[in-house]
Amino acid sequence: MADKVEFELVSPEKLLKSLPVDMVVVPGTEGDFGVLAGHAPMIATVRPGVIEVYEGDRVVDRVFVAGGFAEVTETRCTVLAEEAQALSAIDRAAVEKAIKDLSEDLSDAASDADKAAVEAKLAVAQAKLDALATPGAAH
Amino acid sequence: MPNLKDLKNRISSVQSTRKITSAMKMVAASKLRRAQEQAQASGPYAERMGRMLASLAANVQGSGNGPKLMTGTGSDSVHLLVIVSSDRGLCGAFNGSIVREAKRQITRLQGEGKTVKLLTVGRKARDQLRREFGALMVHGYEDVGRRRLSFADADMVSQKVLSMFDAGEFDVCTIIFNKFKSAISQIVTVQQLIPFAVPETDAAPTDEVKAVYEFEPDEEQILAELLPRNLSIQVYRALLESAASEQGARMTAMDNATRNAGDMINKLTITYNRTRQAYITKELIEIISGAEAL
Repeated sequence: MADKVEFELVSPEKLLKSLPVDMVVVPGTEGDFGVLAGHAPMIATVRPGVIEVYEGDRVVDRVFVAGGFAEVTETRCTVLAEEAQALSAIDRAAVEKAIKDLSEDLSDAASDADKAAVEAKLAVAQAKLDALATPGAAH
Repeated sequence: MPNLKDLKNRISSVQSTRKITSAMKMVAASKLRRAQEQAQASGPYAERMGRMLASLAANVQGSGNGPKLMTGTGSDSVHLLVIVSSDRGLCGAFNGSIVREAKRQITRLQGEGKTVKLLTVGRKARDQLRREFGALMVHGYEDVGRRRLSFADADMVSQKVLSMFDAGEFDVCTIIFNKFKSAISQIVTVQQLIPFAVPETDAAPTDEVKAVYEFEPDEEQILAELLPRNLSIQVYRALLESAASEQGARMTAMDNATRNAGDMINKLTITYNRTRQAYITKELIEIISGAEAL
């Protein structure tokens, strides 16, 4: 595996990561996809989930993203994330509390718009929890 | 003859004013640096999003039925103006120029027989426009990003704009903000947000832009998600520019104020010394003429 992909993770507030890697696995809305060098150009939406960065056969980095977009070219993979957090930096207790709070908010939400907003947040928090539960997360 | 005590009081009051303005100048300078860094940090995201949008738009344009956010509602009778100002004063012409431009736009649009609605960000624009155009105001945000401007703040504003758009409350949305050029110069910028004008890519499109992308899901669905996100980004950029401009304007204003206070202190001190000498001379004359009278 001589060729590398330039992986970039960008949030609205800053450029979080920019490094050459062997492979990245991105959680697309229609299923996870791995990006190797020479991938066909593609634009996809990203669901809340974990991006895995591979160096050789090993996962060297796991980053949680709360949805966004991915742009893939032959040499580059750019992920525009709304929110990104290293998996190791997520505090399980805080997430569980957030889920509890949000569930309460959901029952309080008056309008449909409010409800949808809370549901979206809840989905993100739930995805965070799921990400923590997957094996190998605590590397 | 002016009273010596009054002069002394005035000097000390101007001195404390100078202390305050010079402190404010330094605070503004450090905040300006932070704001600039933040504005720079948001560059990569906006740039990449612009690139994605350009290639998406190129693909969708042919089909002729892009999402409303891009093609517009088909009419332009109701305009929404988003006016970005600051929450605090003492920053020179910063808010004044925004409000002036806003008024100019409002009168122009109304002259063309359009309906205008206003959405203000920051206390100053709201206060200054309320008397004349209070009836047009839809909503006013205050204390946006008071500690540190985050993307969530911009998102809040753009969500409001979007929900109004979805409810069909306006056709065209324009944002008015101060663009940061340098600490002494800010440019009032009027930018149309909805319908979104696809940024003109450089004259010769690079190979990357021309590359044929695969889309997952299809381009219209991605575009439908990307455009609201792009709106938030544009608002975020505008707020960042405005924040940097505000600090720049304040820094310059406070620098001038500090210098003026210094000049004033010098003048007052000269007056004070002259007066003091005049008093001494007067008293001496009194003593001497008293002695001569004996």
